[in-house]
Amino acid sequence: MAKLFAVTIIVIAIASAIPIVMHMWPMPQDISVHGHLIDEQYNDTMWEAGISFLASQFLLGFFIWKFSSPAPGAKVKNFPGGAAGLVIAAFLLVGTECLALGVFGVKAWASVYFTPPSANALPIQVQAGQFAFYFRYPGPDGKFGPLHPEQISQANANFFGLDTTHDQDSKDDIVAAEMAIPVNREIHLLMHAEDVGHSFYVPELRVQQDFVPGLDVSVHFTATKIGKYEIVCTQLCGLGHYNMKAYLEVMSQEDYDNWLKQQAALQ
Amino acid sequence: MHDTAHAVHGAPTSFIRKHVFSLDHKVIGKQYYALALVAALVGMFLSWIMRIHLGWGNFAIPGLHLLSKTGAPSNVMTPEYYLQLLTMHGTIMVFFVLTTAPFAAFGNFFLPIQVGAEDMPFPHFNMMSFWVTFVAFLVLVASFFVENGPTLGGWTQYAPLSAIGAVGGPGQGMGVVLWASSIAIFCVGQLLGSLNFITTTLDMRTKGMSLMRLPLSAWAWFITSIMGLTAFAVLMPACILLILDHVAGTSFFVASNLVINDQVLPHTGGSTLLWQHLFWFFGHPEVYIAIVPGMGIVSHVLITNMRKPMLSHRVLIYSMGALAVLSYMVYGHHMFVSGMNPFSSLAFSFPTLVITIPSTIVVLMWLGSLYGSKLRINSASLFALGFISMFISGGVSGFFLAQPSIDIMLHATYFVVGHFHLVMGVAAMFGIFAGTYFWFPKMTGRMMNESLGRLHFWMSFVGAYCIFMPFHYLGIAGNVRRYQAFTDDYLIPLIPVHKFITIAALFTGFAQLIFLYNLIHSLFWGKPAPNDNPWEGTSLEWSTATPPPHNNFGDKLPVVYHDPYQYSVDGASSDHVMQTSPEDLKNAPDEK
Repeated sequence: MAKLFAVTIIVIAIASAIPIVMHMWPMPQDISVHGHLIDEQYNDTMWEAGISFLASQFLLGFFIWKFSSPAPGAKVKNFPGGAAGLVIAAFLLVGTECLALGVFGVKAWASVYFTPPSANALPIQVQAGQFAFYFRYPGPDGKFGPLHPEQISQANANFFGLDTTHDQDSKDDIVAAEMAIPVNREIHLLMHAEDVGHSFYVPELRVQQDFVPGLDVSVHFTATKIGKYEIVCTQLCGLGHYNMKAYLEVMSQEDYDNWLKQQAALQ
Repeated sequence: MHDTAHAVHGAPTSFIRKHVFSLDHKVIGKQYYALALVAALVGMFLSWIMRIHLGWGNFAIPGLHLLSKTGAPSNVMTPEYYLQLLTMHGTIMVFFVLTTAPFAAFGNFFLPIQVGAEDMPFPHFNMMSFWVTFVAFLVLVASFFVENGPTLGGWTQYAPLSAIGAVGGPGQGMGVVLWASSIAIFCVGQLLGSLNFITTTLDMRTKGMSLMRLPLSAWAWFITSIMGLTAFAVLMPACILLILDHVAGTSFFVASNLVINDQVLPHTGGSTLLWQHLFWFFGHPEVYIAIVPGMGIVSHVLITNMRKPMLSHRVLIYSMGALAVLSYMVYGHHMFVSGMNPFSSLAFSFPTLVITIPSTIVVLMWLGSLYGSKLRINSASLFALGFISMFISGGVSGFFLAQPSIDIMLHATYFVVGHFHLVMGVAAMFGIFAGTYFWFPKMTGRMMNESLGRLHFWMSFVGAYCIFMPFHYLGIAGNVRRYQAFTDDYLIPLIPVHKFITIAALFTGFAQLIFLYNLIHSLFWGKPAPNDNPWEGTSLEWSTATPPPHNNFGDKLPVVYHDPYQYSVDGASSDHVMQTSPEDLKNAPDEK
């Protein structure tokens, strides 16, 4: 029984690693400028965690195999080097691993959060509410008009609560239910929650950021590949959470300009 | 420390005082175990029907409408009902199973015995702690039966969804109030229990029982009780503030100008992130509250079955202590993308990475101790070894989630679900099973069926891996958690994996029914324990009668002469020397 158990542990460990090694369910393709930093960090961690996982499980299996049927009269033995050796090994190996991952990981995190968006980044406001995203573009004046929560009306399609009668800056704002962006242009995404907590997750963009009701936060990114991708909500927001999504269309600058004109005409 | 038995309370004579409102820590321990067992069955049943729904969304589960007519019309659950069951599954499992069984149940029964005391110092508080916990469970379950059902906000109950009332969705009114009340009441029980555990360990040790002579299980309960005292003391006021947001018109967790159904909510000035800080300040230590007792139990069970002590008793104790201290400094890793200051993410990331050092040391102590042992294989040791395997598997995925940059991809995906189910769910359950098979003879006077125990182990071990390893693959592919159906283009290809997981979950769940049968059957008809020490253990629970008498040790409390684990000592009269044996062990390395 013990030997079967030892083999089972090792088989499970190998079987668990196969889908990772074979990339059976890989991360979605990366379409962002900063994404490769996250992917490199992920790959480095996978190597370190994978080796730790396999080595520990193999050792566990091996020891169960070897020490579960001692010869009659056999004496117990102590691990060579005792506890001190293992504690030092843990501090050195895992400590170095932690330090390396921690230090190198800062680069990827910093690329998203510690670098301000460039001056010519395209500002887009996204509003999340139960259970839809809406996007607002500032129009030709480059300015967003103020929000008036009391004027929000689904029936009048005033999703943001804009007062286009009185607010000059709001008059040319463009509101859409899908997000279109030009390829290779930095986007400064201003995130506003209408009601409860939501999140903005586009796996291909390597962006996930929660909306914080009462506190507008922002992220910035640059998409590098034309295509249509899904924006999904990852923060439990109510019964329609699973279905809260929108599309992100990454377009050529020309297509984007045309799209913006069409949307302006629809306002 | 004291050396003579003085009755803290007399042996009860009436049925009610003996079995219901008992002051005896052993009865209270069994009551906690029974509560955890019922809660685990409810939690597992909920996971079954959720898994069936995730695999085959339109499958009508016969009789489901009896649970809720509105939640499951035609026996197919609605999207909101899925979330309600998910919330109840998480809450029941984390609070009423993973906290209750390894800590409150086994700790209550065995801590006083292992320190050599006749009971806990505050038996009335102890009785209260169980009954308060029982009431908390009833309050939580009551939410199934109120209008609109239980809350759908998840076991984390993030504000403001949890704080705005019924406008937030089904169950967000009365459901949340009952949830928060239940958890606040639960906290009272845990605080009373923790206080008793700490005092028992510090003040009730018998003569010769220095702190370093305590078994590792007792150390684990002691460390856990210190964590419990601080963590639940934060969660309780947080829940009270949440209740006030519902019933008193306050706005602790709700910001101004939030709009639902085109109406501006009346709340003003609250903070969304405040709830998350309070919740996770409790929530991360809670992970260790669930797993540290398992570490202690597994070490205790393994040592007995390895016939040798741990490589270092002290190192294991210090590592568990380090985990407890660090557990308060890492909680922000749950909030990397929450919108908190991104610099704080780095501050929380570093200790999260560092916490892998004591975790690794614990694993290396187990592996290093296995080396050169005379390992006995039985249901208890199989589950203890399985615990180590699960703890390793669940632990390594922590490397990914400790790093804010990788968390951008993996946060709120099934990767996280796989991680915490393995490391604090399955591993902790394996600790509970190891403890059950090991201590059942002492608790009941009967043995459990060994063949059924092994069958239970094999099905659980293979089944759990089949469920939770694929969760990681789904997470890497971007599969978001807490979805009742997968309608996104990139998630649809992953549905076959969910079907596989559902089949594995049903299979693994069936194994738990075998355990239940074994437990109940053995309780009444199991083979009587051959003697007071069937596993040839050395700690104090094995030197008293089976089951132990009302005051644990009869007329005189034991005197302790040795470290807890004197196995295979050169020149000793036997391969195990009891802590109470006055035998002079010249070759034993004494760590006192």
